[in-house]
Amino acid sequence: MLKIPFSIPVISFRFRAIDIAILLFIIGVLSLIVFVASGWRYEMQPAVEINLDPSNIPLYTANSVVRIVIAYALSLMFSVWYGYTANRSKIHEKIMIPLLDVLQSIPVLSFLPGVVLAMVAVFPGRRIGVELASIILIFTGQVWNMAFSYYNSINTMPKELTEVAKVFRLSRFTRFLRLDMPFSAIGLVWNSMMSVAGGWFFLMACEMFVMKDRDFRLPGLGSYIQTAANNGDMPHILYGIGTMVAVIILLDFMVWRPVVAWSQKFRFDTVQAEDEKESLVLDMMRKSRFVKHIGDFLSRRLKDIETLYQRIENRPEYKTIAVVRKGMTIIFGIVALSVMSWALIKAMKLFLDISTAEHLTVITSAFTSLLRTSVAIIIAALWTVPLGVYIGLNPKASKILQPVVQVIASVPATAVFPVVLLFLIKLGGGLAIGSVFLMLLGTQWYILFNVIAGASAIPQDLRETATLYGLKGIRKWKVLILPGIFPYLITGMITATGGAWNASIVSEYVTFGGEVMKTRGLGSLISESTVSGNFGLLLLSTVVMAIVVVSINRLLWKRLFALAQEKYRLD
Amino acid sequence: MPHVVLETRNLKKSFPMSGGKEIVVLEDINIKVMEGEFVSILGPSGAGKSTLLRIMAGLAMPSAGDIFYNGMPLKSVKPKIGMVFQSFALFPWLSVVENAELGLKSYGLSDEEARERAVKMLDIVGLDGFEDAYPRELSGGMRQRVGIARALALEPEVLFMDEPFSALDVLTADNLRSEVIDLWIQKKMPIKSVIFVTHNIEEAVFMSGRAIVLSHNPARVKADMSIDIPYPRNKSTREFQYIVDRIYTILTKPSEEIPFLLKLERYQFLPHAKVGAIAGLIEMVHDKGGRIDVSTLASELSMEVDDIFPLMEAAVFLGFGEIKEGDFIITDKGAVFSEADTLQKKEIFRDTALSNIQLIKQIMQVLSSTVKHRMSEDFFIDILENHFTTDEAWNQLETAIDWGRYAELFAYDYDSGELYLEQPAGQQQ
Repeated sequence: MLKIPFSIPVISFRFRAIDIAILLFIIGVLSLIVFVASGWRYEMQPAVEINLDPSNIPLYTANSVVRIVIAYALSLMFSVWYGYTANRSKIHEKIMIPLLDVLQSIPVLSFLPGVVLAMVAVFPGRRIGVELASIILIFTGQVWNMAFSYYNSINTMPKELTEVAKVFRLSRFTRFLRLDMPFSAIGLVWNSMMSVAGGWFFLMACEMFVMKDRDFRLPGLGSYIQTAANNGDMPHILYGIGTMVAVIILLDFMVWRPVVAWSQKFRFDTVQAEDEKESLVLDMMRKSRFVKHIGDFLSRRLKDIETLYQRIENRPEYKTIAVVRKGMTIIFGIVALSVMSWALIKAMKLFLDISTAEHLTVITSAFTSLLRTSVAIIIAALWTVPLGVYIGLNPKASKILQPVVQVIASVPATAVFPVVLLFLIKLGGGLAIGSVFLMLLGTQWYILFNVIAGASAIPQDLRETATLYGLKGIRKWKVLILPGIFPYLITGMITATGGAWNASIVSEYVTFGGEVMKTRGLGSLISESTVSGNFGLLLLSTVVMAIVVVSINRLLWKRLFALAQEKYRLD
Repeated sequence: MPHVVLETRNLKKSFPMSGGKEIVVLEDINIKVMEGEFVSILGPSGAGKSTLLRIMAGLAMPSAGDIFYNGMPLKSVKPKIGMVFQSFALFPWLSVVENAELGLKSYGLSDEEARERAVKMLDIVGLDGFEDAYPRELSGGMRQRVGIARALALEPEVLFMDEPFSALDVLTADNLRSEVIDLWIQKKMPIKSVIFVTHNIEEAVFMSGRAIVLSHNPARVKADMSIDIPYPRNKSTREFQYIVDRIYTILTKPSEEIPFLLKLERYQFLPHAKVGAIAGLIEMVHDKGGRIDVSTLASELSMEVDDIFPLMEAAVFLGFGEIKEGDFIITDKGAVFSEADTLQKKEIFRDTALSNIQLIKQIMQVLSSTVKHRMSEDFFIDILENHFTTDEAWNQLETAIDWGRYAELFAYDYDSGELYLEQPAGQQQ
């Protein structure tokens, strides 16, 4: 049965001074990038042509996969570093975790102009700049939930285990290798799967973008689908989507299933699981002598590193290294702070350039998007809850439906946007309503999967009690099912809300068949100001979106989540 | 003078509370642990036992006070310590032997040396053949064996055990306790001293040579007593039960009464036996030749050995019998007693009770020194409660009343709950 480990740490509900500081910090970073970039005048370069001939698909696919893999590897390293550093001291934690919370709520695509301009500036006229920009964009879509997951795992580690590490004087590396990594492995694996799915979701936007009458595109599966969509070329759109779905399913079979099955050895509960996760590929690999040799080799090298690290740490000089490192952290902090304040001043200047009319537009757009995302979440919950509960409570249905649902869910919603749009246009509803549907496509799965997990986690004895006492219909839902799935439902809705806001950027402003379709909303405002190069408006819209998302999280979701953890826990 | 391995001086631990207040958990803790000692730290749940253990192990900092290892402050030395956790704290993704050798490389052992030592320790704790199993596959008791092996493999100076058996079922815990104590007395464990935290009094009395009893809110050392019953200890002996009762009393009494309690002489424990039954037993054995195998006696009486044991013990107390090599033997005095008529029996019993039975002597002294020669039973219960639990105090008094009445030493007024002398000495009617 599918289980999605909670990865949302419960932080305070109220805004504190630190939140304001962090918000200012983020505005600083964004405006710094934007400011540096907007001053850059660059040469026009011929854009890469995307050839729609299906024979190009394999090469394009390879390109996209490489991009996602690199971005994922970066995300993994960053997550571990971030989670580790945040856990190291209370001060780090107080700054870094709210920062992560805010960063997570900033839509990927608002990083776009800054990142692209900066990268193009560093590598003028070369493809590598655009490539790096694309990778960083994918990275920004993947990294935050992984970092949260790692931080949270380390933070919730049973006290005894950390005491073992202390009593037995494990070196930092041994602790990392034998305790921290294994303990956080399962959470990281689940979040990795979600992150990579996110990578596919934003692939189209990350491989092909227009900014201030400049057209950036990279050879890849995303740009293939996007180009086909721009041409309104249905057969080629379908080729592209088909390939993407096939690759995702193949990756699931070849990579994720084996990894998930393998990661089960890191479960912390010490009882045998009743639902062993299995993978054909993993079974085969376990039988292979070659794989075993590689594994043995790696574990020997790791042991060597452990020994080496141990020796370094046992030396008396080691303490001085720690002091030096602390000093460097402080210097780094001071430099970062002064750069930020400079950037903030610049940001103020950008803000001042925004007209009152634009201010008004941002505010009304924010309300429109808020309404739209809320409707999307409510619709999603309305249909996924009954279905999820049905699947979760019926092992037979689950066996048949679960894989089907998983495959459907794995199709990145953005890829099918063009197809759905065509359909919507024929129906005659505008993008104002259509975008709700597009948001739904991208986010309903989070709720569905969580509800399935929640329903299947309702203990058998409670279900039997309900049957014995003849609980049926509404009473059964009120007494057993809703309380039982509540924590999972909330988790799913938190993730879905974040996803819906992110999706607003790609669903409120769509190019299809050479035409731009847009509707009023914060997302479309962000996309539009990116295209037109109105950096002041872009910055303002992004900041407003971040504030709205963080506020909703603090005021609504985290309270509900705390309630769920406190009152409706079933363990 | 034995070597002091660990010493704490004026340890205090407090935690800040909201509103600038602080909650004091430990106060004024002064403990010396000698080489070769097995020390239990006992206290009610939530008293701060585990906090104290962690501070002594260097895992937590005290708010005030110092800890010394072999005379050196803990801050400047890094003593080798081992720790066994209530929750086992094994790494489920490492095999048994990998868990056991976990800390060894930190101490500079090579891979081979570490493996060798881990395997040896696993062998000692009875896990031979389970080296490559994973903790998930083991029962709770076996998991804790891994935890013990892991701690022992370090060859620590001090082994800290934090309620190591309380997560196990009763039988497994009993079993493991005996094995650990066997290893300890046979000196198979490569350690100098053990500090053992528990809230289970029997466990502490069963295992340790010394018990430190902590009070509650904040924890202070309420009593520090040595337990010198020879190993292996048997929970059903009087001596064992006596110490358990005594620690129980200390735990439940306010601190002010403890010094007085500790000074008290060890109090005689009366076996719960009615005089009629004792007399019957002696007569029967006397008729059978004065000597009988205890288990034969039990089967002839269709009783469990445990049930006739108090009778035999009472007979021994009174000097009517003795137990030797599993036989119950009637003494000369016992023989005279069994052949005497009722009045003579009472006389013999009165003499022997007055000279052998502490409680009866005490009752007589109290009754004859009061003006009315009467005293409420509550008075005696109060005295007895310094040595026994409330239930046991009542049992003791009940037995004494039964014996005293038979001996016609004193009487008992059921309605008023008073004991009184029937014929006060030197007062003719």
